[in-house]
Amino acid sequence: MSVWIAIGVTAVGCYAVKLLGLLVPAGALERPVVRRLAALLPVALLAALTAQQTFADGQALVLDARAAGVAAAALALVLRAPFLLVVAAAVVVTAGVRAMGG
Amino acid sequence: MTEQTAVPDTSAVEDKPDAAVVRDALGVGVAVGLSGFAFGVTSAGSGLTPMQTCALSLLVFTGASQFALVGALAAGGNPITAAAGAFFLGVRNAFYGLRLSQLLALPRAVRPFAAQWVIDETTAVALAQPTRRGVRIGFTVTGLTLYLLWNLTTLLGALGAEAIGDTDAWGLDAAGPAVFLALLAPMLKTTTERAAATLAVLVGLGLLPVLPAGVPVLVAALAAPVVLWARGCRGSSAVEDSAREGER
Repeated sequence: MSVWIAIGVTAVGCYAVKLLGLLVPAGALERPVVRRLAALLPVALLAALTAQQTFADGQALVLDARAAGVAAAALALVLRAPFLLVVAAAVVVTAGVRAMGG
Repeated sequence: MTEQTAVPDTSAVEDKPDAAVVRDALGVGVAVGLSGFAFGVTSAGSGLTPMQTCALSLLVFTGASQFALVGALAAGGNPITAAAGAFFLGVRNAFYGLRLSQLLALPRAVRPFAAQWVIDETTAVALAQPTRRGVRIGFTVTGLTLYLLWNLTTLLGALGAEAIGDTDAWGLDAAGPAVFLALLAPMLKTTTERAAATLAVLVGLGLLPVLPAGVPVLVAALAAPVVLWARGCRGSSAVEDSAREGER
């Protein structure tokens, strides 16, 4: 039952913040500094998320096979590979490094 | 989601065929949608039932929060703490919504329906489009493809978890960060953006061991105002930034 409570609270909370962002009146965002900030915030959030999902294990920082996988994805991006190939490179390299005991 | 054809786009400054937008959107939608499989397997492995796992993908529909929630529940966290961590990760979608509401310019009545699709991937695809028509097509196609596939593959993953065994051995845990990296890369056009990304990475990783799950990412978002403020003080990038402003 407690799992359902967690699911319910998360679902309501996550939907509410999504809707909140869309409902803020456009007039509040017309100042250039606010527009620049709104454009730059996703950059900061995505960068922090990428780093955490690559190097975090719970609350510990680790360097494991994921780092090799994400590095492969970065290389694929530099080579202008299509999106699916970028993700596939990360998955395959991570699995490969783990298979070799990394 | 059919209203996007109602308003003809008269402000086109750059030509990008609809087909190209759809192709970009499908690329992201399919790749990320398929990674719902990794979530389904992880969630089932954390002890959630297939119905609980599918409810998360249908109702929460923001991958990082979903992974955070099942991770915290598996680690024995109490449901409210686990939900709080997932919620903090979801707060970034409010910032995406701020930006998207400008670009999409949806009628108020439609916004509650569009809201569930306001996530990293739809935002990234929408932001990459040069015209309002492109933004709307990109958002809708990415949202629809990703929602359908994410939920379908979540179900398959939850049912097939036992057959797969250890998902980490398959490298599926690297799919998430690779997706985020692919979404981020095209956004790093100017020094301001690169500086914000670098600072956010340092803050996010530095605070990870000391703050509760989800909070470091929110603090890292402060890299955006900090970098803007620093650039403003030096006054060197005003030209660069206002040039980019003009693109929209």
